[in-house]
Amino acid sequence: MSDAYASSTETSEGRVFTVGGQDWDQFTDELNPDASERVVVNMGPQHPSTHGVLRLILELEGETVTEARCGIGYLHTGIEKNMEFRSWVQGVTFCTRMDYLSPFFNEATYCLGVERLLDIEDDIPEKAQVMRVLLMELNRISSHLVCIATGGMEIGALTVMTIGFRERELILDLFELITGLRMNHAFIRPGGVAQDLPPGALDEIRSFVALMRKRLPEYAALCNANPIFKARLEGVGHLDLEGCLALGISGPVLRSAGYAWDLRKTSPYSGYQDYDFDVITWDTADAYGRFRVRLAEMEESLRIVEQAAARLAGLEGAPVMVADKKIAWPSQLAIGADGMGNSLDHIRHIMGESMEALIHHFKLVTEGFRVPAGQAYVPVESPRGELGAHVVSNGGTRPYRVHFRDPSFTNLQATSVMSEGGAVADVIVAIASIDPVMGGVDR
Amino acid sequence: MSDEIEKAPSTQPATTGETAGVRRGMFGTQGSGDTSGYGGLVAPIVFPGQAERPYGGWFDLVADSLDGLLESVVIHRGEITFHVARGNLREALQKLRDEQRFEFCAGVSGVHFPDETGRELHAVYSLLSMTHNRRIRVETTTPDSDRHLPSCVAIYPTLDWHEREAWDFFGLLFDGHPALTRIQMPDDWPGHPQRKDYPLGGIPVEYKGGTVPPPDQRRSYN
Repeated sequence: MSDAYASSTETSEGRVFTVGGQDWDQFTDELNPDASERVVVNMGPQHPSTHGVLRLILELEGETVTEARCGIGYLHTGIEKNMEFRSWVQGVTFCTRMDYLSPFFNEATYCLGVERLLDIEDDIPEKAQVMRVLLMELNRISSHLVCIATGGMEIGALTVMTIGFRERELILDLFELITGLRMNHAFIRPGGVAQDLPPGALDEIRSFVALMRKRLPEYAALCNANPIFKARLEGVGHLDLEGCLALGISGPVLRSAGYAWDLRKTSPYSGYQDYDFDVITWDTADAYGRFRVRLAEMEESLRIVEQAAARLAGLEGAPVMVADKKIAWPSQLAIGADGMGNSLDHIRHIMGESMEALIHHFKLVTEGFRVPAGQAYVPVESPRGELGAHVVSNGGTRPYRVHFRDPSFTNLQATSVMSEGGAVADVIVAIASIDPVMGGVDR
Repeated sequence: MSDEIEKAPSTQPATTGETAGVRRGMFGTQGSGDTSGYGGLVAPIVFPGQAERPYGGWFDLVADSLDGLLESVVIHRGEITFHVARGNLREALQKLRDEQRFEFCAGVSGVHFPDETGRELHAVYSLLSMTHNRRIRVETTTPDSDRHLPSCVAIYPTLDWHEREAWDFFGLLFDGHPALTRIQMPDDWPGHPQRKDYPLGGIPVEYKGGTVPPPDQRRSYN
């Protein structure tokens, strides 16, 4: 082969070829002497269109995939194990890093589980609940935008990618304004949220909603009836309702098969029953249906964001953390001359005014609170489906075991059934329609 | 799916606690020169115990269908857990799926309790009935010396990767799994990392003259 990096070597398994970016025809021509043999193509784990470090092992006959398997684990960081060595509150800092496109959902399901074990579910202040919903729905939009953007890029629709990331940037700016961080926020804490809305945040949110209302139709105009886009997506990655339930698939993939299953409606948490929104379904059970479901879900999320912002306007100054001082994180943050840091008022209080406050601060920050023994599982509807944390406590100040049921992990099992029998190029579309985030798959 | 959201029954049946070890000292630390006397306190670790009939609402309905297969039933914070012996696991899940319409399995999660002699490893299945909007847990245990339990991939195909993960992290052997190989750790990895006897690992970090020990060697308050 002309490419120095695209060579072949003899191994005990047979000839192994390394394929770079050359034309596939050129490769198959050179392979011709072995044409009768099956070709096993190893795609990834570092491949621009495998959605992160996902390894695909494809058995091909010509351009047709006869068998597809996933190799995962390249992003395993032992988050669940690490959480067993940190306090309950510190656990949030770890789990927010799992599925890095939807950090608030990771935090929310973990905190809901801890709160159920603490039996303080009914004590969470209303403002904290509304802020959680607001952040989760903004996060849903940003996550769906990345899904549509990268999915578009992988089939060559580069404009979809550039406008998708353009809008996501605006949401990350909002996150930065509200939580101080663009990703990995650790903002939702057991008992509430880390801090109150900063001044001016509601105005920013309102102008963002107004802008998105103008921009979301652009995606529809660009893609919905685009013949190239439809030709690549329609009928690809087909998985019907029966297949979805057997494989435990949830989220947009399940809804694209026509089943209006959404945990926000069926088992509401954080007060979702008080918001007016619709569950979007489609009936084609293919990649195009999943795209349309996600597109329409972003509009529904905007509706929820609007309602949440309206409620927050009436909740100025309300508490965002449980009143129980044995659980609530004592420290408050404030913006100083050198950026965000500990609130000087709080430091003055504990260092100069109240010995008891100092003791409380010290005990809660170093030791943490104890959670009654037992186990809980409170799933939430993440952008990818049912995300749940199986939280086990033995009554100590650290989680005894936390297991995350990540929807990306489960949904990725559908790769084989979605892509076997199709073309190689459609494997990419099928996987993009599942929208796996490898940080969540491998944890 | 009905418009009315069916909540778990609000009446909680009487339960007794199940003691699973003790915790010593008031401050959770050991080895420090405690002169207060509080370090000598001994507190039992009590897990929610077995629930008594009636369990309330649909809990009884589901329990009835598992008659003869149950070891115990635990209801805690509105969530119900059915404990079954591993020999009955497959039959129980089959019944729950076919008769009680628990169509959706959210996977299996391993938990390691090294102090529970004879039932060190737990496998916890989370099931959801989308028809009735009910969620339950099914829990089974194996001794550490014989970590076998039946694979339920034939009942819930979604368990394929979840069982591989439980094998990878806890060493649970699911008999009858189509290909029980490691999934997250490298194929040649020794040990099962999320067992309690597997160290977290880490090295001390020096920073500005001080040394921060790795997380599992820091002072802990458990």
